[in-house]
Amino acid sequence: MSPTVKLLQGNEACVEGALAAGVKFFAGYPITPSTEIAELLAERLPLVGGRFMQMEDEIASMAAVIGASLTGTKAMTATSGPGFSLKQENLGFAIFTEIPCVVVNVMRGGPSTGLPTSPAQGDVMQARWGTHGDHPVIAVYPASVPEAYELTIKAFNLSEKYRTPVIMLMDEVVGHMREKVELPDVPQIPIEERPRPTVSKENYLPYDNNQGDVPPLANFGDGYHFHVTGLTHDQTGFPTSAPAKAKVLYERLHRKIENNLDDILMWETKDMEDAEIGVLAYGSTARSAARAVSLAREQGIKAGLMRPITIWPFPEKLITQYASQLKSLVVAEMNLGQYVNEVERAAQGQVPIKRVLQANGELIRPDTILQAIMEVK
Amino acid sequence: MVERHEVRLSGSGGQGMLLAGIILAEAAILADKNAVQSQSYGPEARGGASRSEVVISNTDIDYPKVTQPEIFMALTQEAYNKYHHDLGPNALLVVDESLSLTDDLPEKSRVVRVPIIESATETLKRPIVANIVALGVLVGASSIVEHEFIEKAVLNRVPRGTEELNRRALDLGFQLAAGAVGGNK
Repeated sequence: MSPTVKLLQGNEACVEGALAAGVKFFAGYPITPSTEIAELLAERLPLVGGRFMQMEDEIASMAAVIGASLTGTKAMTATSGPGFSLKQENLGFAIFTEIPCVVVNVMRGGPSTGLPTSPAQGDVMQARWGTHGDHPVIAVYPASVPEAYELTIKAFNLSEKYRTPVIMLMDEVVGHMREKVELPDVPQIPIEERPRPTVSKENYLPYDNNQGDVPPLANFGDGYHFHVTGLTHDQTGFPTSAPAKAKVLYERLHRKIENNLDDILMWETKDMEDAEIGVLAYGSTARSAARAVSLAREQGIKAGLMRPITIWPFPEKLITQYASQLKSLVVAEMNLGQYVNEVERAAQGQVPIKRVLQANGELIRPDTILQAIMEVK
Repeated sequence: MVERHEVRLSGSGGQGMLLAGIILAEAAILADKNAVQSQSYGPEARGGASRSEVVISNTDIDYPKVTQPEIFMALTQEAYNKYHHDLGPNALLVVDESLSLTDDLPEKSRVVRVPIIESATETLKRPIVANIVALGVLVGASSIVEHEFIEKAVLNRVPRGTEELNRRALDLGFQLAAGAVGGNK
C-alpha cells in the first residue's frame, strides 16, 4: 500500500516513529518544547495496548522508563534541557545496568528556565557528559520532520541492539515545525529487538561476558532471577568492587559502542567532493548551512555541507576524511562553542576552524553562515 | 527552476492564523509541492499579535523560516504593525479593510484591502470563519495554490458538520479577491 502523506510537527513525527518501533511505555513530565510528544503518546499508547504515565517529576520519569524496559517493554521519555538535567542520574544508571530506552531532549534556550519557546543547541555537551562517571553514549539528532520519524525508529533500534539508552536531541525548530512526512503502513526500517537469553533460567547471567559485548537481556518477571544495581557488578549482576571485575565491566561498556562505530555513526554530506570550504552543522542549523552552501556555490565558491546525524560518539572519521582537502572548515551551532571544540580536536590542526556561534533564541540565518564562508574563501 | 514562496499570516491570538497556515501548507502538499509551516510560540500566541509562516517550494526546502515574505496577511493593526517590516520586493499584502497602512511598504507592493472580518461577521454571521475567508482572499489574489487544493485542504481540517459554512467562507474570500484585484492602497 502507498504511504500516508501527512503534515506533521517534528514532535508528532517522533511519536509516529516511536510507535512504528514498537514503543509501549512512556513516562514523563511535560515541558516545552517537547510537550506534544507526551500529549500525543497519552492519546495513542492506550490504543496499542501501551501505557502512558505522567510522573511527579523527571527523576521519577526516568526511573519508570528503566523499570518498564526491564520487563521487556520498549520505553521512552521526552523532555527539554531542565528536565534532561534531572534525568541524568538515572540515565547513568540505565547506561551502567544496560537497560535499553530512548530519551528525547527537544532543546530550548538555557540554562535554567531560559528561553522556553525558542531554539538552542546548548545541551550538546550535556548529552555527552551530563551523567556522571566514565560512560559511552549514543546521541542522534534529526534536521527535518521526516528524519525525526526515521531517527526515532533508529534510536530504538540502536538502544535495543546495544542494550543502552539512546538520546535523541532535537531543537525547538525541528520539534515544532510542520513538514511533509510519508508514513509507510509497515516501517521500511527493520525493527531490532534486544538480544534474548538462549540458556536455561538457572544458568542465565544478565552480564555474561562470554556472549559478545552485548549480553542477552531477560525480561524481569519471566522467572530469570537476576540482580540489577548501580554498583559495579559482575556477570551475575551482584555488586563487586574487585578491580579486575570492574575493569572488565567498564571496558566492555565502552567496547560495545566503540567497536561498532560503522553501524552507529550516521552523517550526510552535500557538495563535498570538490569542496574547499566545509560547513559543519547539525539539527536545524544544518538547514541554514545547506542554504548557505547553495548560495556560495551560486557565487562560484566551492563550499560543501557536513552534517553529523549521530552526534555522539563523535564522528571523527567525517572530519579526518575531509580535513586535508579543505582550506577552511566553518562550524555553526546555536550555542557559544560546544561541538566546535570537538571538531577542532578531531581536525588536529589540518584545517583552520571558523566559528559561527549564536545564542539568542533564533535559528542562525543562512546569510550569517554565508558571510563566514566569504571571510575564509 | 527552484521556486520558493514565503508566506506570513498574522492576526490576533485566537483568530485562527495557525490553522490557516497549516491548511495552506496542506494545500501545497496536496498540490504535490513541499511546505514547511512554523509559528510564533509564547505569550504572544495567547492574544496580542500572532503569526504563522509557510514556505512553499517545488523542491526540497532547506532553510525552514520566512525571512522576506512575498505574501503577507494581517487581520489586525497590531499584527500589521509588528510583522510588516521585512517584506520582500513585489510583496502582496492581504489586509482587513479596518487597517491603516503605513508608508514604508516596499516599492511595487500590491495591496488587497478587503472587508474580511466584516464578511465573516455580517454576511456569514460567523466571525470564527474569518480565517477561512482570509485564506480565500490570499489564495485568490496570489494563486499560490489552485482553488481545488485549498478547498480540499480546508474541508480536510474543519470540524465535521461545518464543511458547508467553511466552503462558503472560502468562496467569499475568492470573490473578495476577484473584486479587489489591483488593490486600493
